[in-house]
Amino acid sequence: MGTRRLTTGITVLGVALVVFVFAAVLMMAYGVQKTLVATGSDQNVLVARKAANGEISSIIDRETANIILTLPHIAKSSDGKPIASGEPVVIINLDKVGGGLSNVTVRGVSLQVFTLRPQVRLKEGRMFTWGARELVTGVSIAKNFAGSQIGNVVRFAGDNWTVVGILDSDGSGFDSEMWGDVEQLLDAFNRNAYSTLTFRLDQPDVFTEFASAFNKEPRLQQFEPKIERRFFEEQSELMAGFIRILGIFITVIFSAGATIGAMITMYAAVANRTVEVGTLRALGFRRRSVLAAFLAESILLSLIGGLVGLFFASFLQLFSISTLNFGSFSELAFSFALSPSIVISSLLFAVAMGLVGGFLPSVRAARLNIVSALRSA
Amino acid sequence: MKVFKLILKNALRHKLRTALTILAIAIAVMAFGLLRTVVTAWYAGVDASAANRLITRQAISFIFPLPYSYRDQIAKIPSVEQVTYLNWFQGVYIDKNQFFARMAVDPETVFDVYPEFLLEPEQFQAFKRERSSCIVGADLAKQYGFKLGDIIPIEGDIYPGSWQFVVRGIYKPRDKTVDGTQMFFHWQYLDERVRKESPDRAGQVGWYVIRIADPAQSGAISNQVDGLFKNSRAETKTETERAFQQGFIAAAGAFITAMNFMSFVIIGIIMLVVGNTMIMSARERTREYAVFKTLGFSAGHMVGLILGESMLISMLGGGLGLFLTFPFVAGFSAAVPKSFFPIFNIEPITVILGVSSALVVGVIASIFPIQRALTTRIVDGLRHTG
Repeated sequence: MGTRRLTTGITVLGVALVVFVFAAVLMMAYGVQKTLVATGSDQNVLVARKAANGEISSIIDRETANIILTLPHIAKSSDGKPIASGEPVVIINLDKVGGGLSNVTVRGVSLQVFTLRPQVRLKEGRMFTWGARELVTGVSIAKNFAGSQIGNVVRFAGDNWTVVGILDSDGSGFDSEMWGDVEQLLDAFNRNAYSTLTFRLDQPDVFTEFASAFNKEPRLQQFEPKIERRFFEEQSELMAGFIRILGIFITVIFSAGATIGAMITMYAAVANRTVEVGTLRALGFRRRSVLAAFLAESILLSLIGGLVGLFFASFLQLFSISTLNFGSFSELAFSFALSPSIVISSLLFAVAMGLVGGFLPSVRAARLNIVSALRSA
Repeated sequence: MKVFKLILKNALRHKLRTALTILAIAIAVMAFGLLRTVVTAWYAGVDASAANRLITRQAISFIFPLPYSYRDQIAKIPSVEQVTYLNWFQGVYIDKNQFFARMAVDPETVFDVYPEFLLEPEQFQAFKRERSSCIVGADLAKQYGFKLGDIIPIEGDIYPGSWQFVVRGIYKPRDKTVDGTQMFFHWQYLDERVRKESPDRAGQVGWYVIRIADPAQSGAISNQVDGLFKNSRAETKTETERAFQQGFIAAAGAFITAMNFMSFVIIGIIMLVVGNTMIMSARERTREYAVFKTLGFSAGHMVGLILGESMLISMLGGGLGLFLTFPFVAGFSAAVPKSFFPIFNIEPITVILGVSSALVVGVIASIFPIQRALTTRIVDGLRHTG
């Protein structure tokens, strides 16, 4: 293996490149999913219109929202009000820092929102004043969009909205949103209905009970309750699925190239060591051992390649991407995220390349005739 | 001529290795072709946009509607030839995975502004006559088996309730760059029902499309339109269709970057494979090269020999890959739903890039072995053992 250092190095590099791309694609898809899954909570329920693909295309009027809030198992705060937030969700255009417009989600929230979503904290500045045309912005939006820092004025719906604070929600989708007072937003957009209604259940594991009560109510037939976490996870499916399918399709093709590269190297290794193989066989090593030795060499090579690829891919976790989520049509910031299953599948993938690439050459080595092999020098 | 024969003989010396290398290049060129085609499919909307169309939408973002009353005001601007409006309907057909564009339009003017949708005159008349009728694209009709007279049931989300549309026409895209997966129906039909069920949302359209006489004036006309509605409750933003489409693509820029990056990685991988083959071959032939040099072959000959073999292999691989790209892309396009990438063609630029990258690979892969062959002293070369 030490002989032909350059050739071996090139083969390892080929495998490393393929594994790098393979891991990067899976990490990107997982990053989108992780961000959106973290957005929802298991104890919250989000109600949207059954046919709606996302929050923006759902409509719930106030009357319906009030009917829903009379159902059992909705958590109440100490003053007896339901812990709930009827939220209009809209999209506005803002300028990105690097140039170009993109879509930003603006969510109207009600007083209870921090009880409902304890993971969201104020990082800088202050919360908006209820009844004022003010906004607080998610940390990713503040970073990626010009004019959305504290003190800036965002103009939409014929009004000026002052940004007064920055929210941090530990990398969830709320980092890519702007929040304002629900009544102010409804008034500005001249609307009288929420997009979705989110509330907390009074105890875990009562969702099934709640859902059956919900489905029995004839006035709610067009609506559907979902665990909030599940709802946001579904928002990631379209995009994560797209990345995954395209990425895997491409890396499988790549890997064919790298496998052939490994095959070429191993054939050369076998040819180069014909005499050695002959000697080993003459000394009494079985064909099987020769096969295993060459196969092991090939697998070792590709495993090293896989580790190198993964090593570099793991640095991708330092990067975050802000782009359009097709599921919600608005900007979403997410980081590449590595999971144990990605590590395992990348390494398995590398080993598979070594196995496939090394098999035929190893068979050739094992089938060499002792006499002619020894003579071939 | 002798040199060519030598190149050919050299290339065929390790038949298996050469064949594998050619195969690897072919696969990589195919992957490259597919990736580039996906990238160009994104840009298809930009390429298909007409220079004489402007799009006026709500200034806040495209999800907000505009009043129907703007239509007459826009139409009064001189050098505006025709104004039509569209309204995104969305809804769910069968289940949430069946996407295609469903839009409420003005039947009288929509085909004036979009001449690339070809419709038989009788079908056009039938569509105009019947309020609940719709027109579907030929590709859509093929995918779902829609025929004239069929009823398409859609569950509304933005416009709640059950909706039914009768197919009265099937439009054909004028050429391969036109989207044949859309569905159009009467805006009046939508508005009537909205007026009854949620009156505060009535009389609104999604966006206006304006046909202008002189594309050179698009900037001036855009400003004029936006000026009309300045400081109103629904301010507008008008831009050329091309700029509008580019906005959508810019928003998904990270993907384009990722795919471009990957297509370069592919070229990197081909380079590694071909380079590896050439390095191996050259090393095995170190002694031969020394013999050639002793016999008086010039440096030019040596370069020609190695470069020639590298080029031969990479061109064969590139040619084979390109040849296979067409059925491969066609297969991919058949496997994904048509409405995902309405326009999916191999652009000439993809072919050119594929060929030229194979050429570049051939040249680069031979640099190292050439350098080695030229710098090895004859004595060392002759002494070399595999």
